[in-house]
Amino acid sequence: MTRWTVVCRYDDLIPERGVAALVDGEAVAVFRTHDGVLHALSNTDPFSEASVLSRGIVGDRDGAPTVASPIYKQRFDLRTGTCLDDPDVAVARYPVRVTDGIVEVGGA
Amino acid sequence: MRTLVIAGHGMVGHRLVEALVERDTQQQWRIVVLAEEQRHAYDRVALSSYVDSWDADTLTLPSVDDDRVELRLGDPCVAIDRDARTVRTAAGDVVAYDALVLATGSAPFVPPVPGHGLPGCHVYRAPEDLDAIREAAQHAMHTTAAGRRSGVVVGGGLLGLEAAHALRQLGLSPHVVEMAPRLMPVQVDEGGGALLRRFVEQLGVTVHCGAATDAIETDRGRLLVRLSGGTELDTDLVVFSAGIRPRDQLARDAGLRVGDRGGVHVDARCRTADEHVWAVGECAAVDGRCYGLVAPGYAMAEVVADRLAGGQATFPGADTSTKLKLLGVDVASFGDAHGQTDGALEVVHNDPVTGRYAKLVVSDDARTLLGGVLVGDASAYGSLRALVGTELPDDPGALISPSGAELDAATLPDAAQVCSCYAVTAGALGQAITDGAEDVPALKSCTKAGTGCGSCVPTLKKVLAAHGVAQSTALCEHFEHSRAELFEIVSATGIGTFTELIERYGQGRGCDICKPAVASILASLGGGHILDGEQAALQDTNDHFLANLQRNGTYSVIPRVPGGEITPDKLMVIGEVAKEYGLYTKITGGQRIDMFGARVEQLPVIWRRLVDAGFESGHAYGKALRTVKSCVGTDWCRYGVQDSVTMAIKLELRYRGLRSPHKLKSGVSGCARECAEARSKDFGVIATETGWNLYVGGNGGFSPRHAELLVSDVDTDMLVRYIDRFLMFYVRTADRLQRTAAWIEAMEGGLEHLREVVVDDSLGIADDLEAAMAGHVAGYTDEWNAVLDDEDKLARFTSFVNAPDAPDPNIEFVDRRGQQVPVGYDRGSQPVMLAGPELEVVTR
Ligand code: SRM
Ligand SMILES: Cc1cc2nc3c(=O)[nH]c(=O)nc-3n(C[C@H](O)[C@H](O)[C@H](O)COP(=O)(O)OP(=O)(O)OC[C@H]3O[C@@H](n4cnc5c(N)ncnc54)[C@H](O)[C@@H]3O)c2cc1C
Ligand code: SF4
Ligand code: FES
Repeated sequence: MTRWTVVCRYDDLIPERGVAALVDGEAVAVFRTHDGVLHALSNTDPFSEASVLSRGIVGDRDGAPTVASPIYKQRFDLRTGTCLDDPDVAVARYPVRVTDGIVEVGGA
Repeated sequence: MRTLVIAGHGMVGHRLVEALVERDTQQQWRIVVLAEEQRHAYDRVALSSYVDSWDADTLTLPSVDDDRVELRLGDPCVAIDRDARTVRTAAGDVVAYDALVLATGSAPFVPPVPGHGLPGCHVYRAPEDLDAIREAAQHAMHTTAAGRRSGVVVGGGLLGLEAAHALRQLGLSPHVVEMAPRLMPVQVDEGGGALLRRFVEQLGVTVHCGAATDAIETDRGRLLVRLSGGTELDTDLVVFSAGIRPRDQLARDAGLRVGDRGGVHVDARCRTADEHVWAVGECAAVDGRCYGLVAPGYAMAEVVADRLAGGQATFPGADTSTKLKLLGVDVASFGDAHGQTDGALEVVHNDPVTGRYAKLVVSDDARTLLGGVLVGDASAYGSLRALVGTELPDDPGALISPSGAELDAATLPDAAQVCSCYAVTAGALGQAITDGAEDVPALKSCTKAGTGCGSCVPTLKKVLAAHGVAQSTALCEHFEHSRAELFEIVSATGIGTFTELIERYGQGRGCDICKPAVASILASLGGGHILDGEQAALQDTNDHFLANLQRNGTYSVIPRVPGGEITPDKLMVIGEVAKEYGLYTKITGGQRIDMFGARVEQLPVIWRRLVDAGFESGHAYGKALRTVKSCVGTDWCRYGVQDSVTMAIKLELRYRGLRSPHKLKSGVSGCARECAEARSKDFGVIATETGWNLYVGGNGGFSPRHAELLVSDVDTDMLVRYIDRFLMFYVRTADRLQRTAAWIEAMEGGLEHLREVVVDDSLGIADDLEAAMAGHVAGYTDEWNAVLDDEDKLARFTSFVNAPDAPDPNIEFVDRRGQQVPVGYDRGSQPVMLAGPELEVVTR
């Protein structure tokens, strides 16, 4: 059964800007895209091992919503976690939902 | 295979190698080049720019990489045996030839006045000559009192004025002695010469026209130059530039005919009477006439290459048009400048107030343009020269009156010659464009236009535009515009958000390329705090947290220390803050102090302390002004001539917070010793005895480049205005992540065009640029201070939204030389990124 951790109010999320949350001791990056959809990925940038993905710039490439790591700028698909610049690399995805205006991320 | 021996590896000899390698598709020729000089062929025309860098490599011409070519540097040809068809080299080698081309250039003419060989007398032809002049000028710095240091240039032609300019850059007061009654007698007429003289004198050059040099004597460790008429000039050195003499000795010794005034006599094929011996460039006298310019030499090289490859080319006679900017003054002369054609009429426009002199020489019916002289403003040169020999589209007077019709590249007749170096007509360019040439580089490679002296490049651009050819300068997949175009759009429409801009002018949702670029444009145009509203989501993480992201996800903090000057009290505050938060401290390369290892949630508390102590953001995180470095200047330094610290602080405070396409750095040195390294900066200021020299376009980093002189000896007020204009012009027109060095390099017309815009206000935008800068200065507020006053913005400074007080467990430090550094500091970075995100990621 999924355990859900409270992140923040949905309205507190700035569109196209991530936040980081602590979920069972792990750092998770949560993004709200311009169309209102939420995405959650591991906050750890696999290329630098720094916990920073939530601080990257959100945008799109060929229509896919992306975040660019702020360290070396590789872009990741927000929906799948796959690195678009190096398809062998991916970051973990987390389930995310809104309940009564509150954003929650599911742990393993 | 047959052997071509070329004696001489100057500009023209080298062009011959290039041209033959290209035309000799049958691989019939091997080429042996015998070169007297030790260096690879270089751009002698640009010799004076050696004074900017003292790096001769910047002059080197591109080498020809081909197995057929053997280059023997430092081994000149000393004799020709025409019967045996061999040449002998200084090293004693004998080389057999099937064809021999003499390309030995010319030597400066030194008039045989008494004392011409004294130490301190120089010529101006090769980098070595400039090295010797520089050494003499440096010697004068130590031995002659400031204000009395001077140099005398004998000869007031093109080269003499260039030499005078170089002396001025070396800190000497130049005198120019010219026998003729005016400067540049070959190119300009009396009216133009008078105006030119006024300009040159305003720049601190003393001109002695109609004077002969009678003698040079030594006098108390210096030199004394005696002129006809009794004038005596005390000086530290003398430079002769009284003309050139073709180096035709090899031909004379071999019994070949020389011209009446010297030069290897050749026919229109550039061949001597000996069918195996040819001559090109300054050493050649084509049908008896020598040419002291490179374009005719290049044409001769092309003729010989064509002939050797089996063609029938002949030398068409050459255009001796010239356009130059001497000491900041435009001078151009083209075609029959002196009106020597029968019945020629002259149309003159002379305005001493605005400093413009223009003369057109036209045929007796006033319909055909024959030539002209322009002084003060030569912007019409390109189009006028192209019209020589053709029927004028307009009344000649209208073409040169200041309000006159701008010549339109679209109306150039097909026969008009646009590039005289390669005889390329407007018609040929139009054909190339129809065949698919889309930009200047493409036109250069298919027609060769623009690859000689380069003076036609601005016209090439106009011709492209006249044919409606636009180039892709798209920023990224979301915008088809360049950064400069987006800047204009935002500025003209007043659009204030990224969303509106992309909806109206782009597609998709943006990315890490266009978002920060637009953020920077909005900030440059005074869009409010960079973290206001939607703008916050556009910023790179550095700008978002107003600090520099480090490898382990922590940040570094750099407060501004204007000019590098800091009080002990402020130093102590930095020490206390760093100690309290366990920050690693280091003195940066920019004369300030960096504190590393702060977590996001610590940034506001750290900055509260710093702001309370009077610090403000140093913008080390932004594409913005970084530092204005300074040396100690007159306050302390025994050599200082101006107060460099006050100037550096003034400039740093003026331009702080200015958002730009890339970071901006500056420096101010208090004298020519240049301890602040100003010439490695985007804009550098060096004190002179009477004011300031402004250098622009310097760069350290990945491709170092020395800044080049934009204006000299200006007062503080003018200095600041020129910098205002320069910076705002850069902010408006540069590409994303293009430092000023790359921006100037990519600019059509380069530094000269920049100078026209910034100094001469050729685009009429100087007032606008200054007003924009005034707006920036008035609107400046400290970004950090503004964040500390704003609860909403402060709320974003947390590691975790759902645990605001929890530090990131991922961040760990270890001790190194008594300070903390990230765990894994010894791992090195994984993918290596050089010079920012525009370069690709290289994984080991
Ligand atoms: C801290 C400092 C090194 C030091 O300890 O001395 C430094 C550190 C960084 N430099 Fe630098 N540079 C520092 C002085 C310089 C200098 C020297 C100078 O300014 O006098 C240069 C060469 C001069 C120049 O820029 O022309 C320099 C050329 C670069 C470049 C190459 C720029 C180029 O045009 O090729 C980069 C990469 C870039 O900007 O894209 C760079 C980028 C960086 C970055 C921002 C790399 C990064 O993205 O993390 C480094 C992070 C700074 C930080 O976290 O605080 N740094 N960097 C210096 C800060 C100066 C300051 O007080 O602001
Ligand atoms: C400061 C300066 C500014 C100038 N500005 C302009 C300008 O704005 N526009 C313009 O059109 N022209 C300009 N010129 C002139 C232009 O540089 C020359 O026309 C051009 O360099 C001539 O090329 P060249 O190959 O004939 O001779 P050079 O470039 O002089 O080359 C001849 C080479 O042959 C070598 N040599 C001589 N004898 C021998 C031998 N026996 N064996 C082997 N090698 C030998 C010499 O050492 C030299 O390297 C300028 C010249 C100077 C000095
Ligand atoms: S960018 Fe390179 S040179 Fe500059 S501080 Fe970092 S490691 Fe040193
Ligand atoms: S006119 Fe010299 S390159 Fe075109």
